[in-house]
Amino acid sequence: MDTAESTTPVLKKNSKFKQSAINFFTDLYKINQFILRFFREAFVAPFELKEIMRQCFEVGVRSFTLITVTGFIVGVIFTKQSRPSLSEFGATSWLPSLVSIAIMRALAPLVTALIASGKVGSSIGAELGSMRVTEQIDAMEVSGTKPFKFLVCTRVLATTLTIPILATYTGFIAIVGGFLNVYQNEGTSWSTFIQQVFEPLTFIDFVASLIKSIVFGFTIGIVGCYQGYNSTKGTEGVGKAANGAVVTAMFLVFIEEVIIVQITSWFR
Amino acid sequence: MKKVKTKVDHSNAVISIRGLKKSFEDYAVLRGIDLDLYQGENLVVLGRSGTGKSVLIKIISGLLKPDEGEITVLGHNLAHITEEQLQELRIRIGFSFQNSALYDSMTVRKNLEFPLVRNRKGITRKEINTSVETVLEAVGLSHTINQMPAELSGGQRKRIGIARTLILNPEIMLYDEPTAGLDPITCIEINDLINEVQQRYNTSSIIITHDLTCAKQTGDRISMLLDGQFQRTGTFDEVFNTTDDRVKPFFDYNFIQ
Repeated sequence: MDTAESTTPVLKKNSKFKQSAINFFTDLYKINQFILRFFREAFVAPFELKEIMRQCFEVGVRSFTLITVTGFIVGVIFTKQSRPSLSEFGATSWLPSLVSIAIMRALAPLVTALIASGKVGSSIGAELGSMRVTEQIDAMEVSGTKPFKFLVCTRVLATTLTIPILATYTGFIAIVGGFLNVYQNEGTSWSTFIQQVFEPLTFIDFVASLIKSIVFGFTIGIVGCYQGYNSTKGTEGVGKAANGAVVTAMFLVFIEEVIIVQITSWFR
Repeated sequence: MKKVKTKVDHSNAVISIRGLKKSFEDYAVLRGIDLDLYQGENLVVLGRSGTGKSVLIKIISGLLKPDEGEITVLGHNLAHITEEQLQELRIRIGFSFQNSALYDSMTVRKNLEFPLVRNRKGITRKEINTSVETVLEAVGLSHTINQMPAELSGGQRKRIGIARTLILNPEIMLYDEPTAGLDPITCIEINDLINEVQQRYNTSSIIITHDLTCAKQTGDRISMLLDGQFQRTGTFDEVFNTTDDRVKPFFDYNFIQ
């Protein structure tokens, strides 16, 4: 009797673990199906170009102000914080090179992706989630239109196309921030600064940064759409979709960053 | 407006359902539904909330998949049609949602144009405008053309929802709780609109409701859904005067106009 009673919590724990594992793999399967469906439908006519352009504009506008401010601050702070270490070796003249490598290789795509996850990802999750729970997506379905193509494909393509542009802009703004700090302290001119910024950068840096931004953009779009499109349980579901879109996208962005950095290091 | 007696073609079932079953997890919602909707007929499905009325029409429109049973819509067996054929079939079926399901981010005009431009290839701007104006005039809301859904009243939203389905000239209309949440006068206006749609567009309709006034004013035939099955089918008076103890309480507790 005692044995039976003492094993019950263990059995319960085991079955809970089993259920969690099943749920995890079911979700993984569903996400894969969702991504495959995107590739099946996105590149088949009609292409909804007008809606893609509208979504690109939305993505850009939603993040523009925040990216400008954050990019500038990142540039200033990074330069300011790097100076003491370099000045110990009398190497403050390397600041522009250091700033450019850090910003172009890592900070610009990463900062842009994190901001876009918060602003764009949550907005996509909430928007589609609310359309799902108010049956707007069902209404599109029953009227013979293809909601997946109109709502999901357009948004994912928009984030995939726009995030690289935003990342480039973030990089530029961060370099401007870095320049202002260097100019204030070292009096370096803009032309000298820019020359030193581009000197250490290679073709691989630009390509890797671009690929990274494209991958981040795709991830933010697909995660936001997946969470919103499959949202359930009324208004609570909308909140969960928005939250899930941000948390999952940020988590995946960091993992992708590590993987891409590792891959690009093999080519250097 | 009194319901005009419509000519129902009992030899032509536009929807035919046999042995339909649907469960959600362990709960069996539909437990063997048999149903025929005839050409030109308004069939009202009555029942309490949670009895699976909306599930029934969602299965008919292909939004949900049945667990068992055979569903034939306009000659197509839903179990054996491709995704493309289902898309084609859906254009012939209008679905009016309980909460109207208007696209929040679009004006009334864009809401109405949306299904049209995506389903009628090569349609001109002039034809689109004419279709939009015609359906808006049919539902009596021409003045709302440039308004956003948020600016409309509940009754207006219902009407625009119906207009959006009418723009594709459907042969079958599925109404999910058309009068839910509306005041009595607006309810009567919506009931009149349902009858008008039946006359003007020659549609066959399934009207899901628990509103007896709506059932009486719009239905050629009433089916009472209880415990996942149709317990009683007939004219409104036949169902209303039933001696069936399972059906009778539903009518006893409702006010009938």
